[in-house]
Amino acid sequence: MNKEYASASAALEGLLFDGMTIASGGFGLCGIPELLIAAIKDVGTKDLTIASNNAGVDGFGLGVLLATRQVKKMISSYVGENAEFMRQYLSGELELEFTPQGTLAERLRAGGAGIPGFYTKTGVGTVIAEGKEHKDFNGQTYILERGIVADLSIVKAWKADPSGNLVFRKTARNFNPPAATAGKICVAEVEEIVPLGSLDPDLIHLPGIYVHRLIKGPHEKRIENRTTRKKEFV
Amino acid sequence: MADAIKGWDRNQIAARAALELRDGTYVNLGIGIPTLVSNYIPAGVNVTLQSENGMLGMGPFPIEGDEDPDLINAGKQTITELPQTAYFDSAQSFAMIRGGKIAMAILGAMEVSETGDLANWMIPGKLVKGMGGAMDLVAGVGRVVVVMDHTSKHGESKVLRNCTLPLTGKAVVNRIITNLGVLDVVAGGLKIVELADGVSEADLRAATEARIVG
Repeated sequence: MNKEYASASAALEGLLFDGMTIASGGFGLCGIPELLIAAIKDVGTKDLTIASNNAGVDGFGLGVLLATRQVKKMISSYVGENAEFMRQYLSGELELEFTPQGTLAERLRAGGAGIPGFYTKTGVGTVIAEGKEHKDFNGQTYILERGIVADLSIVKAWKADPSGNLVFRKTARNFNPPAATAGKICVAEVEEIVPLGSLDPDLIHLPGIYVHRLIKGPHEKRIENRTTRKKEFV
Repeated sequence: MADAIKGWDRNQIAARAALELRDGTYVNLGIGIPTLVSNYIPAGVNVTLQSENGMLGMGPFPIEGDEDPDLINAGKQTITELPQTAYFDSAQSFAMIRGGKIAMAILGAMEVSETGDLANWMIPGKLVKGMGGAMDLVAGVGRVVVVMDHTSKHGESKVLRNCTLPLTGKAVVNRIITNLGVLDVVAGGLKIVELADGVSEADLRAATEARIVG
């Protein structure tokens, strides 16, 4: 089975429609599907609901879809790095479903695993719990959170084989595996597609069953907050 | 207001917070002053730092030229790995947080209350950042230590009877370390544990809206 497509736009063909829900991997600008985001911008699909931990920055990552007003709603835990996001949200142009980071990860994981809801302590006693079912287990209060099933998942990995088995690199793994599983269809962009048999089956992070279409880089991999120490401290 | 009393600076707060670390534990440090805590880990205390974006065994910042876009902490800063480092996805990361495997979190705060309520994620109508992983951390870790300035720029207490901002967690804070000293959340209010250099008990009480007991 070869899942490789020639370009991001080719891999997205027939998958995009106005009003759809997309789950995206990445944390900050680390491990984001930058090529697929750019391709969605070019297609111009509108009224998107996007489940992603962050919303990129002005001009990169999901920030480009905010700039073009293609996003109706974000499901995110942290949007502090994006001035345009904050402007659209505070002026009421953009809906935002704030979701604690671990709850978002678990909602994606659960959605992909056929679990429609789960109880968590996270957010009890805060605005996050308002309107949600509360239930006590062993003397502790929990709230019901819903799994997320997306129309499409877009993720970024380091390496893939043609069957869609994925390997991630360092902290660029982050939300990519749970986001990948949450989609009815998943498109992955990778830095390298290696021949079948060259990935150790014991070291595959995400099995190819979750990945339907593949494209290969190059990626910019922008660093959001470059921080270094001086050599003499070594 | 009492602007002559300053007590500890950011680094001294971080150094004091580092004394909370226990040997052999797994710890999560938040963004800001909490990140500085890793500079002051006492000799002989071996802690493994968790970064909630998917890493255990967080190393120091890289030397210039060694930055790796695939290797960042929860504050999106470039970092390095250690021989014991392990990587995992965000669902796994919060499974260990929610599952109580992390002994302690050291977090920043906008406001904290005498019952241990914490507010650190938004100012309605003004500042929208988001809770990130903080709500999960305060719900799941064994012990929550907050590091913060005791008062606002205008001299108003941020250690309150009740928080005015949206909460990150209710009754979740165990210890508060500020520029003026160290307080524990106990039955009936806050208990003074320690005073910062040059700060009197009267200074601390005057800067604290929360009830102080004992």
